[in-house]
This record gives sequence, C-alpha cells and structure tokens, in this order.
Amino acid sequence: MFGSLDWSTLQQLWWLIVAVVGSLFVFLTFVQGGQTLILTLPGTEDEKTLMVNSLGRKWELTFTTLVLFGGAFYASFPLFYASSFGGAYWVWIAILFTFIIQAVSYEYRKKPNNFLGKKTYEVFMFVNGSVGILLIGAAIGTFFTGSNFTLNEYNLVKWTHPLRGLEAAFSLFNLSFGLFLVFLARTLGALYLANNLAHESLVARLKNSSFNNLLCALPFLLYVLISLVLMDGYAVNPADGTVTMEANKYLNNLLQMPLNLILLLAGLVLVVLGVVINRFTASVRGIWPSGLGTVLTCLAVFFLAGYNNTSFYPSKVDLGSSLTIYNASSSHYTLTAMSYVALLVPFVLAYITWVWRQMDSKKLTVEELAADKKSY
Amino acid sequence: MIEQIDLTMVNWARATFALTAMYHWIFVPLTLGLSFLCAFFESIYVRTGNEQWKSLTKFWMTLFGINFAIGVATGIILEFEFGTNWSNYSWMVGDIFGAPLAIEGILAFFLEATFFAVMFFGWNRVSKKFHLFSTWMVAVGSNLSALWILVANGWMQNPIGMKFNPDLARFEMQDFWGLISSPVAISHFVHATSSGFLLASLFVVGISSWYLLKKRHIQFAKRSIAVACVFGLFSSLFVAYTGDEHAFITARTQPMKLAAMEALYDGKTPSGLVAVGLVNADKKPGDDQDAFSFKVEIPGMLSLLAKRSFTGFVPGINDLVFGNAEENLIGVEEKIRRGKLAVAGLGDYKAAKSAGEQLAASNALSLFDQHRDYLGYGYLESAEQAVPPVSTVFYSFRIMVGLGVFFILLFLVYIYLLEKQQLEDKPTILKLGVISLFLGYVAQQAGWVVTEVGRQPWAIQDMLPVTIARSNLDSGTVAVTFFLFLALFTALLIAELRIMTKQISIGPEGD
Ligand code: HDD
Ligand code: HEM
Ligand code: HEM
Repeated sequence: MFGSLDWSTLQQLWWLIVAVVGSLFVFLTFVQGGQTLILTLPGTEDEKTLMVNSLGRKWELTFTTLVLFGGAFYASFPLFYASSFGGAYWVWIAILFTFIIQAVSYEYRKKPNNFLGKKTYEVFMFVNGSVGILLIGAAIGTFFTGSNFTLNEYNLVKWTHPLRGLEAAFSLFNLSFGLFLVFLARTLGALYLANNLAHESLVARLKNSSFNNLLCALPFLLYVLISLVLMDGYAVNPADGTVTMEANKYLNNLLQMPLNLILLLAGLVLVVLGVVINRFTASVRGIWPSGLGTVLTCLAVFFLAGYNNTSFYPSKVDLGSSLTIYNASSSHYTLTAMSYVALLVPFVLAYITWVWRQMDSKKLTVEELAADKKSY
Repeated sequence: MIEQIDLTMVNWARATFALTAMYHWIFVPLTLGLSFLCAFFESIYVRTGNEQWKSLTKFWMTLFGINFAIGVATGIILEFEFGTNWSNYSWMVGDIFGAPLAIEGILAFFLEATFFAVMFFGWNRVSKKFHLFSTWMVAVGSNLSALWILVANGWMQNPIGMKFNPDLARFEMQDFWGLISSPVAISHFVHATSSGFLLASLFVVGISSWYLLKKRHIQFAKRSIAVACVFGLFSSLFVAYTGDEHAFITARTQPMKLAAMEALYDGKTPSGLVAVGLVNADKKPGDDQDAFSFKVEIPGMLSLLAKRSFTGFVPGINDLVFGNAEENLIGVEEKIRRGKLAVAGLGDYKAAKSAGEQLAASNALSLFDQHRDYLGYGYLESAEQAVPPVSTVFYSFRIMVGLGVFFILLFLVYIYLLEKQQLEDKPTILKLGVISLFLGYVAQQAGWVVTEVGRQPWAIQDMLPVTIARSNLDSGTVAVTFFLFLALFTALLIAELRIMTKQISIGPEGD
C-alpha cells in the first residue's frame, strides 16, 4: 500500500503526521496552562487540591505526546532531530529540565517527608507551564525566523551562535509566539478545569479566567499573524532544492493553499467561540470547540512552515544548510515501514477516548478527593 | 568527516549518558516487575473478594506510583539525549534507530499512561473488572516499552539490516522485520524484563521481611512474600537461563566483549572459565604478563558456555587485536587499514562529486565499496583502542552472575521456610532478605555495565565509534549539563527515597 507511493508523497504524509501529533500536544498543554493557574486562582486549599488532581489525571497524556512527538520526528525527519537537538542545545536542555521537574511534582507534592516541600513542587509546575511552554513556542518560532547553523558535506551540524538555541528567545517574533502559547495554554487550562470540576464558585472564576487569558493572548497572536504575512520567507526551488529568500513567502503560502487559510481562520474562530460560550452562557463545554480550534490552528501553522516548497527549519547563516521535508527525511523504506505503524494511531486514540469517557463521566468533587488516600 | 576530535567532550558525553541511563535503570526494573505483582495481587482480590487483598494491592501500588514518576522523569532525558549529545549518531543512523523509539511511544507509553490513571484513580469510577484489566494493561505496557527500547539497543550491539548511503552519509534501513526479530534484541528483552521481575520480587520480599523483623503487619507481609517468592523463583531461574543464552549470542556477535567479560587474552581450545580471579591491571594486549594474579579456573567450561562444545575455540583479546590466521580471524590493525581506505574513498567521492568529476567519483566509490564493511574501524587510531576496559567488565559480570545464583538460593530458602511456617523465627534469613533488595539493584547496574562498557569504543558495534557519534559541542557545555543532571537527579532521588521509606513505615492502610 504505502510502498508504492513515491518518496515525496511519503514525506508530505509524514509532515502531516508530525503536525497532527504536534497539534495534539499543543491542545494537551492545557495541563501546563492549568499548572500556572494553581498559584493564584484557587481561594482555598480544597480548591487547589481539586485543580491539581484534575490536572494530575491528565499530565501523563501530555507528557507522552511530547515524547511521541520527539520520537516521530526522529524516525521521520532525523536530520531535523540531529540538527536541532544537537545544535540548539541549551534551549532543548532547558525545556527538558522543566519537564523532568514536572514529572515528579504531582506524585510528590503532598506526600509526607517529600524533602523539597509542597511549595517547591508547585513552583516546579509553574515553571513547566510558563518557561517550558514559552521556550517551546520560541523553538517553533524558529521554523519561520530561522536558526544559526551550518551543515557540512556529511550533513553534520555546527551551531554558529554561542547561546546555542537560547538566542531564539531574543527575537520579538519568537518571543510573541511563545507568550501566545503560554496564554493559550492558560486559556485551555481554565476551560478544561471548568468542565471537569464540580465546584460552583471555582468554576465561575475559571470561566472568567479563560476569557481574561484569551484577551492577554490576543496582542501576541496579532503580532505573530501580522509579522507572518509581512515577513520574507525561506522558499525552496523544487527543481534543485536550493533555498532562497522570497518576499511575503508565508502570505503567498496562505494564498496558494487556500484550504490552509480556511483551516487557520476556522481554528482561531473556534478557539474564541469556546471561550465566549464559557464566559457568556451557562455552558462549561467550551473546551471542546477551543480544543478543536487549537488543533486546527496548529495544523495550519505546521503546514505553513513545511508545505508549498518551504523550508521548515531554515538556516539564517547558510541558506544552503536549510532543512526541508525533502532533504531532512528518512529513506523511502523507513517512511513506508513507519506509515504502517502509524495505522495504529487511530486505535490508540480510540482506546484513550474510551477510557477517559469512563473516567470523566462524573465530575470531580472535594468529597471524592477527601475520601481517596491516593489523591494528589 | 570530523576535523578534530575532542576526547574530553566525548568522555563527558559518555559520562552524562551513563549517569542518566543508570538513574533511569534504578526505577525501570522495579516498574517492570512490580506492575505484574500488583496485577497478581489485584487478581487475587477480585477472585476472593477479600478486602485485605485490596488494601495489600493498594499499598504496593502506592510504592509503584512513587517509583514510576521518577522513572518517567529520567526517561524523557534519554529520549532527547540522543539528539543533544549524540547528534552525529542521530543523523547517521536515525533512519534505523528512530523507528523503534517512535513505535515505543505509540505502542507502549500511551498504554501505560492511559491505564495508569485508571489504576490509581479509578477504584470508585470504573467497574472492578475494568480496574483489574487496567492494572494488567499497565504491566503489559511497561514491558512493551522495554521491548522497543531493547530492540533499539540490541541493534546497536549487533547492527543488521542496513546499508550505507554515501550521498547522504548515513546508514539506511533495509530490513524492518530483521531489526525487530533480531536474536540479540530478543535475548536482551527476555533477560532484562525477567531481571526486572526478579528485582521487584526482591523488593516485595525485602520490605515484607522488614515488617516481619519489626513484628508489624504480619499477615500482610506473609501474603506478599508468598506471591513474590514464587514469582521471584521462576524469574530468577529464567534470568539465569536467558543470561546464559545471552552470553552465547554475545560470543558470536561481539567476541571482543566476551573476551573482556572473561579477561581472556589468548584463545585456547578448550578454554577454561575463571570462576573467581584477580585481574592484572597492568596487562596490555600483546605483552607477556599474566592476565591474572590469582584465579580459580573450571577447565573447558568457557568453551562449553560460549560455543556449546568442550572443544570450541574462544578467541581472546590478542587473537582479535592481532589476528589469528589459523582460526581465520582478521586483526584490528588490518581492519583499521581497510577502514582508512573506506574513509578516504568516501572523502574522495564527496569531493569529486561536488567538483562534477564523474569518473573520479565512480572510482572513489568503488574503493569505498570494497572496504565499506570496515568503515567504522577507519576512525580508530590504534588497535588497542578497540579493547574495552577489561577489569570493569570482568568484575561486573561476576558480580551479576554471582548474585543471580545467590537469589535463586534465597527464594528457595524462603519458600521452604514459609511452607514450614518458620519464616518469622529466622531473623538472620529475614535480614538477608532485606539486604538482598539492595543487592538486586547492584546486579541490575552491573548487568548494564557489562553490556555498555563491554562494547566500547563502539556506539554501534564495528560501525560507529563514540568519538564520531558525538555532537559538535565543547566539553565545558557538556560538563555543565552533566553536573546539572547530577544535582537534579540526586535531589529527586533523595526525595523519592524519603517518600518511599515514609510510606513503608506508615504501612498498608486498614491493617
Ligand atoms: C537482577 C539483575 C540481573 C541478574 C541477577 C542477572 N542479570 Fe544478566 N543482565 C542484567 C541483569 C541481571 C541486565 C541489567 O538487565 C542486563 C544488561 C543488558 C540486558 O539486556 O540485561 C544483563 C545483561 C547480561 C548479559 C549481556 C552482556 C552483553 O551485552 O553481551 C549477559 C551475558 C548476562 N546478563 C548474563 C547473566 C547470567 C549468566 C546471569 C546468571 C544468573 C545473570 N546475567 C544474572
Ligand atoms: C537503562 C540501562 C542502561 C544503562 C545503565 C546504560 C549504561 C551505559 C553506560 C555506563 C554507558 C557508558 C559506557 C562507556 O562509555 O564506558 C552507556 C553508553 C551509551 N548507551 Fe547505554 N545504558 C543503558 C541502556 C541503554 C539503551 C537502552 C540504549 C539504546 C537504546 C543505550 C545507548 C547508549 C549510548 C548511545 C551510549 C553512548 C555511546 C557509548 O558510550 O557507547 N543505553 N550506557
Ligand atoms: C536510552 C534508552 C532509553 C530511552 C530513550 C528511554 C525513554 C523513556 C521515556 C521517554 C520514558 C517516559 C515515557 C512516558 O512518557 O511515560 C521512559 C519510561 C520508561 N522506560 Fe525508558 N528509556 C530508555 C531505556 C529504557 C530501558 C532499557 C527500559 C527497559 C528495559 C525502559 C523501560 C521504561 C519503562 C518501563 C518506563 C515507564 C516509566 C518507569 O519505569 O518509571 N527504558 N523511558
């Protein structure tokens, strides 16, 4: 089946798969967003416990999706994996750090004798939700702004900036991208919690919070969108693979792929719609439209970066070293084999949905947590 | 292809990998086995409906959760460390190596993550049967992750099913099924998972023995011991069996590692097995010193283990380094010579191609093709470099095997005493049980030291030395990361141990 597809089709297919996993990850960062809310939003200890436990039942899903994102990128676009991780070293190490400290925080926060103290674990969660997401945003921003690396004739990477990736955070575009993701995650976190908890006054505050955080996200979003349509982009010549700068490349991409433009706009509208529903009606189900909207928006961003003869990981210092989905991918054989494996993804999604429907059929209450010795 | 090799950097990168992998491996084997033990305990509860088994299950699950969290925290580092510290590696073999890592995510980690939440928080949210099913799924999921990562590691120990692509300068996959059904990988998998079952059994036995010594939670402890001892006995027998198989395979696929495991310099027919011995640290390949300053040898035994015949020839380090015409072995020196030709051929090919000289390119390529099997050796500077640190590997191997035999005896004694109703009256045995918990961890780490140190200098056996596999980083950067990880992981380990011991001293609920 897949074996008969030509290499470039498989490369496009895999960019789609990577984009789907990445977009699901961004949606699932509602966990990280929620983590940044627990320091300020809850009024009482009970409320905080509710929030932590509700997030604590989902954090592994987000974490695992990040791991899968890394693995899928490695398998399908190894040159990106090698160049970006080995090159933009510090930014990735910093991101990883925030995820290490997150992984133990739920389990250890309230356990007696936990060495670092409850507050430290809460700070860990906050750092993961703020710094971690900000840096991920900055790293994704470099898909458009480019990075400082060269590849030698053996395709081995050399980074040319002493900050090794952290310099990405000093570009206004990347920074705005990161801050947008942080506030988006907070918006989603508030929406998710409002839908998952049975606690009237807390839910009311969460509904407000989702609206306020969306307002905070908007200026950054606007800056990113306006820059995107105005900026020069890295275009690939399909005939010989050379990369050149093209004026308004990303605007052109949107116009030349109208479906992608629709995806982007529909996504943004759905995100807003979910928040509006939560803020101005009695419903608490805004997470669904906003979640779907987030996924669509992110897909559009990935497509913008990788399709239509665009370099998705451009090099600022040496255009010839820029990565495209064609020169960075695995072999035809590996992409074929992995495509068969990817057929399993729908089954995985199905059982995850099925299990969570059973688990979330009742909303979480203070009473249930008080009765459960295992609660976080 | 690499202008200048910074050995300090490579060593820091190795140290960082060893640090993170060894930390990860503190937590992983317990997960592998304790998940099954929890599933056993819960199955008994669901069968009998006895609430005491439920609280027993919940107690061990609490410890499982504490361990699991930090296992996940250390795992994510490893996943990305291939990129950060071994980026040349990641490019050169990513076409093959990335696949099992991705499959692990899809097939194993999600299973674990999804059902883990049910196992912990689902007691009152889903039916009893579904809860039990979830617990079993966690066990299956965690052991599946072991499968995929060991397929990856097995491939590094014995690379098969790929071809070098000179245009892209990387290895490409040719045989996916070969990769995942490789005997080396399967043998790694069965040995490592069963050693995890063994460790978890020691864990349950050790903690329960401590309760018995303290005369607390007596019935709880005896029940736990009964299940864990049976599981432990079977696992430890299986560990010994699979370990022996593993050595047999290593003798074929990594003869240098096997020679180091045995500190065997001159191959003989038949070869004896040094059961205990003191390695002479000054011994160098080719000199005429004795390899041991003291040894107890079982004649013919090594030939039997490694070749399955008393008369099989087991090559020693000298045979492998200098070659042995009689046994048809090419020495490392010769391999290096051929490897350098391959490296030069590849370089000329690249240069000629970018200059557009067709003929020169195809000549260079055929030179490369002639010697491509030795490409990796072309990056070694001297034949001695191909020899791993002998005494580390030798002692680690003996520690692991010795403990493996000891654990079998331990479980037998426990089962016997439990049967006779005398276990509580034997404080010496109980103390031994407590100590064995720590010995279990020692054996685990020793096993990986044999595997990983024994394959030095190769990141990928015979194909890619660690000096080439590294990233283009300066040693200071990597050293800083090393200490950051050391500090963070140590802090988290202390937290874990304190929480764990506190939970143990609180004991099972409702007892
Ligand atoms: C409780 C832990 C434990 C115990 C008691 C044993 N092992 Fe083991 N062994 C491991 C834990 C382990 C391990 C850490 O899980 C390793 C490292 C890599 C692997 O797949 O498993 C390993 C690797 C390993 C290797 C592979 C070295 C290579 O890569 O070539 C061999 C030959 C053995 N073992 C042999 C044995 C034998 C003969 C044992 C006798 C009882 C034994 N092991 C007990
Ligand atoms: C979890 C248990 C493991 C432990 C305790 C362990 C231990 C080590 C040690 C001690 C080294 C350094 C050896 C030396 O330089 O002398 C090392 C290196 C390495 N190991 Fe492992 N390892 C483990 C699992 C794995 C697995 C599963 C893989 C691959 C999937 C792997 C891949 C590597 C790589 C790439 C290096 C660096 C290159 C090298 O030094 O050979 N390790 N490991
Ligand atoms: C270099 C090699 C390795 C890498 C890259 C790696 C990667 C990871 C990652 C990313 C996680 C977190 C998964 C999650 O999101 O839940 C993890 C956890 C886990 N890994 Fe590893 N791992 C390595 C070695 C091993 C080995 C050798 C085994 C078993 C034989 C193993 C078994 C597990 C298990 C059972 C878990 C579940 C968490 C826990 O045990 O606490 N891993 N690993």
